[in-house]
Amino acid sequence: MSADMATTPGTPPVPAEPLILTAEGITKQFGGLIAVNDVSLDIPARSIVSVIGPNGAGKTTFFNMLTGLIRPTSGRITLNGRNITRARPDVITDRGMARTFQNIRLFGAMTAVENVMIGRHVRMRAGLAGAIVRPPWVRAEERAARDRARELLAYVGLPAESFDRYASQLPYGDQRRVEIARALATDPSLLLLDEPTAGMNPRESAELAGFMRRLRDDLDLTILLIEHDMKVVMGVSERVTVLNYGKKLAEGDPAVVRADPAVIEAYLGKEG
Amino acid sequence: MSALPATPLAKLRALTGRLPAWWSRVLAAALIVVGVAVPFLFGSNGGFMNATIIAIAYAVMSLGLNIVVGIAGLLDLGYVAFYALGAYSVGWFGSEFFAKAQVHVLVNSVVSTLPGVHLNFLLILVAAALICALAGVVIGLPTLRLRGDYIAIVTLAFGEIIYVIAVNGQSVSIGGGMTLTAGNLGISAVDSPYFPGIAQFGLLDLKPWYWLILVILLVAVFVNLRARDSRLGRAWIALREDEVAAVSMGIPLVRTKLLAYAMGAGFGGISGAFLGTYTTQVNASQFQFGFSIFILAMVIIGGLGSIWGAVTGGLLLGYINNWLIPDVLNNLPSSFGLNFQLTQVEFGIFGFLLVITMVLRPQGLIPERRRRLELTSVIPAEDAQLGSEPEGAT
Repeated sequence: MSADMATTPGTPPVPAEPLILTAEGITKQFGGLIAVNDVSLDIPARSIVSVIGPNGAGKTTFFNMLTGLIRPTSGRITLNGRNITRARPDVITDRGMARTFQNIRLFGAMTAVENVMIGRHVRMRAGLAGAIVRPPWVRAEERAARDRARELLAYVGLPAESFDRYASQLPYGDQRRVEIARALATDPSLLLLDEPTAGMNPRESAELAGFMRRLRDDLDLTILLIEHDMKVVMGVSERVTVLNYGKKLAEGDPAVVRADPAVIEAYLGKEG
Repeated sequence: MSALPATPLAKLRALTGRLPAWWSRVLAAALIVVGVAVPFLFGSNGGFMNATIIAIAYAVMSLGLNIVVGIAGLLDLGYVAFYALGAYSVGWFGSEFFAKAQVHVLVNSVVSTLPGVHLNFLLILVAAALICALAGVVIGLPTLRLRGDYIAIVTLAFGEIIYVIAVNGQSVSIGGGMTLTAGNLGISAVDSPYFPGIAQFGLLDLKPWYWLILVILLVAVFVNLRARDSRLGRAWIALREDEVAAVSMGIPLVRTKLLAYAMGAGFGGISGAFLGTYTTQVNASQFQFGFSIFILAMVIIGGLGSIWGAVTGGLLLGYINNWLIPDVLNNLPSSFGLNFQLTQVEFGIFGFLLVITMVLRPQGLIPERRRRLELTSVIPAEDAQLGSEPEGAT
């Protein structure tokens, strides 16, 4: 837990953030294809970490293993010190990991508020009997979830008049906002964003980078990012991991990774 | 919502939306009063009353199937299985069928001298609901990993399995010379409900039957409305909309889907138990595949996912099947000199109605607001040009 502890003699040790997520030797094999090969990743709490790589490098597969949508062939994942390697996606969400999707996956026929209330599901308790009898505590729970949903939608900047519009009727940018609000509604400690700037112009991307920092500072979040936009990655992340052909190619400070010849080769091809 | 075309129903909604909040309660109370008074308005016996009772029972089944197909989006083609199990609950626990047994719980003095298992009808209803809920879970389990058409095939097979068991159950010995079912001979002389001091159930007066099934329908509607507008109902709709996103947001897939199957099946069982005791017999030939499609047609014609639509569809097809075709229009072909009766082509008529609905009103008679959106929504102009928004996601 104290791997990053500053131990320079003379200066008092800066208390390092504990690791919120550790992934050790994650491998995923689809038949003969090894999509992700022995990838390890440590994420300290309250950091912003990026995973980058060319198309088909295994980034999204890696993400899907972290969130439990697919099970790794081998390896071990812990979240807040608890093993989640073979846990179901909803259990992983309950333990504090939330995500957005590369191509937005909102519930189109539900309103923005209802979408975010789905995110509250894991923090609510009412079952079938509670739904039918609807005792005071269930009413209070529903009201609290609705209020929290509206609060989060306001926080991500959705115009108030769009709160009760169906998600499929919202413009693209607002759909991205609702998706982030829905993920935040699960009270995550680790937020995974899968290419959040896809389809955004440079100004919007820059604003999103600022928003990610604000999220981390306001909500004590840790953010793991898959991103293609190098400007965003280099601007916002504290650490970068590069995947290529399912393998970890480089890892570390953005400036160092950017200068790494192997990374340049993977992205631009070998020189002469 | 402004993008939606102003249908008469939408106009009605806009109109009712301006009325005070207590308005819907007053309307509901008025409907219940009218519903209770129906036997006094249309005569307490005869074909129309009989059709009304059966139509309401169908509406209860339609509500149950609507949970599975309409709200949770799991196409179930074997719903007749729950009708069968509900009806057999009456056959098993409310007749002389298990003649070696002597079990009597809260039944009238005549029945308590008869052999067999005789439970009070309320207990049978509970048993039917529980047996069907369990069966719903059993059919739900193998379909959990399947989607769409594949679920339909598995449930269809399940319906057929129950039917075949019902038909051949008379060869399945369960000891003491007793068999599992009476096959196509039918279990007959089923007990009537016994509610001392409230009503006398007999064949001469249909009023108590009517009120009983009306109460069951009202309870079913209430439970459906409450379940839909709850944490659970939201989870069902989310699973229907996007399963991957739903589980990623923390919806437990197995529990949520199985609850939909169990609850939907429970209503089928309750309605089946009522129909079993009302028709005083439980015959395997009632439980054929066509009936699953019949119930599904009610849900679709009423409006997939819509609770009031399911009730409307159930009542409508119930009346057409049990009153309009046999009582009113049956001799229509012969008056044109044609040599057949309308009851002989009733499935053709239902097929025709289904096709007409799909062409003219694919969202159903009383569409769920969400489904209406799917079928009529206009894609916002902003979607056409990604990222042309004035602001980013800040």
